Amino acid sequence: MTLLSVENLSVTLKTVRGPARAVRNLSFDLEKGKTLGIVGESGCGKSLTALAIMGLLPENGWADGRVTLGGENLLDYSEDQMCHVRGDRIGMVFQEPMTSLNPLHTVGKQIAEAMILHRGMNRGEARAEVIRLLDLVGIPQPAKRVGSYPHQLSGGQRQRVMIAIALSCGPELLIADEPTTALDVTIQKQILDLIKNLIEDLGMAMILISHNLAVISQNVQDVIVMYGGTRVESGPTNAVFSDLSHPYSQGLFSAVPQIDDTKASRRRLTTIPGTVPELADLPAGCTFQERCIYVTDACRPTPPPVVQVGEGHNVACLHIEAARTAWGAR
Amino acid sequence: MESAQLSFWCRCLAHRSFVVGGCLTGVLALSAIVSLVWTPWDPIKQNLRERFVAPSWEHLLGTDQFGRDIFSIIMQGAQNSITVGIVSVSIGMAFGVALGLWASAKRGWTEELVMRASDFMYAFPAILLAIMLVATLGQGAINAIVAIGIFSIPVFARLTRGAANAIWAREFVLAARAAGKGKFRITIEHILPNIISVLVVQATIQFALAILAEAALSFLGLGAQPPTPSWGRMLNEARSMIFINPWLAVYPGVAIAVAVLGLNLLGDGLRDVIDPRLARKR
Repeated sequence: MTLLSVENLSVTLKTVRGPARAVRNLSFDLEKGKTLGIVGESGCGKSLTALAIMGLLPENGWADGRVTLGGENLLDYSEDQMCHVRGDRIGMVFQEPMTSLNPLHTVGKQIAEAMILHRGMNRGEARAEVIRLLDLVGIPQPAKRVGSYPHQLSGGQRQRVMIAIALSCGPELLIADEPTTALDVTIQKQILDLIKNLIEDLGMAMILISHNLAVISQNVQDVIVMYGGTRVESGPTNAVFSDLSHPYSQGLFSAVPQIDDTKASRRRLTTIPGTVPELADLPAGCTFQERCIYVTDACRPTPPPVVQVGEGHNVACLHIEAARTAWGAR
Repeated sequence: MESAQLSFWCRCLAHRSFVVGGCLTGVLALSAIVSLVWTPWDPIKQNLRERFVAPSWEHLLGTDQFGRDIFSIIMQGAQNSITVGIVSVSIGMAFGVALGLWASAKRGWTEELVMRASDFMYAFPAILLAIMLVATLGQGAINAIVAIGIFSIPVFARLTRGAANAIWAREFVLAARAAGKGKFRITIEHILPNIISVLVVQATIQFALAILAEAALSFLGLGAQPPTPSWGRMLNEARSMIFINPWLAVYPGVAIAVAVLGLNLLGDGLRDVIDPRLARKR
């Protein structure tokens, strides 16, 4: 059963250089209890997609299209109606645990607030629930930590608190926007395992946003690769990673350093030439044309068609055959 | 938490201008409070046989042209100054902070409107605006206080809106919105507590400005009316006798200067002491 359905979502930002279409015609469905990863480099629109779903776009941005949660279009909701969706039906975890908590309130108070707001609990009930949640997210001595201020906790602990806040009302959907980017690698694994276990136990769906291919490949069932505000490749995680078909996904994958002692690892790290195009003047046709090694004149006038290359595995490219052959022979 | 409070007071006591400002403000407050119940002489009662008496143990600062004890008048004048300060700063803060928070939460044309209106009021010299208001509302202590309060509204509105905008841009506010909190709740729970230190510092400085402005209005005869003792009016009364008895002008002048200096030092000290970046070094 479809929980969240995004149809033709476009996010436009008003900038000094004119309107910048940061997300263009993005569509995807998310089933109840399933996990979806969105991967791409900085500025590809993955965070804005999350903020558009939450109705938290910056002042100068607006969204078009449809974002349907449980049959209703969230983009038609008023700010008041969205307040009942946020935190209650959709929880969100942010990138920076160091700055995502108010330094002036105890973590217990900050976790309790959403439950008092959405569940109508009184302070006493909320406190008991906070202790249970802190225990759930693996914070030692939860009864003592309720009264701690954010500065008394480490980065990993603060991110656990953020997860506790996001989970407090038992949302149907968790959006994790780069939840581990600010943490070191060992903590990163702990936090990801925690999120993974919790959403499995609680039966939530999740959208995990990351620029880290390893994080995406190990933690989600489906993946969307975004470039310049559009979806370039999508499908089940295993199918996509075993059979990368879009030149951009391939380039992203080859840019991951390999640590093994073979000859291949001593070669120069492959990079994608060029930089992300300016969102205010994107080229007509394929967004990736300026940096693509397979580019031909056919790529320039119109956006490439979406081609199905496997079960649920879609790629938006005109030169899939050439790219797949070259990738296979690598 | 207790140790945090303790270290807060230690930092206060280690700060020189905070201590000096605190003492001067304390003297001001103390003399106002004591004068409510006791003054060495009745500050209103005239004694024409003892005019222009030189300072002595009987009359600490001497007497004025009506034979009133100057020390007693100065003490009771502090009441007037403190009342003006408290009431006008309260008016300014209540409206200014509310407007600033509203502008910052709404953004868009609401913010523009509030800020341009503040700029418009700001463009008038404060004392001129006060004189204008008193001229319209009629002279008297209460009108002077209201006028001074009104001219401090834009000061608080602009400061609040600027500080609040900086907090709105912080990530924890986005996180709070993602948890489903409305703008009103966020303003009360997240924005206000984070800007309160800036507001407290500004309040002490506005307090000093209010005392100064009230003295100016009273000097011009637009503030407190006789026989209510007022430092500004004492200065005005002393003006005509400046060559006969210059001391009459010095005392209220010194009183005003001490009060303003004390409050400004206190404000500066507070700013340093409650700066959260210093507070974090425990």
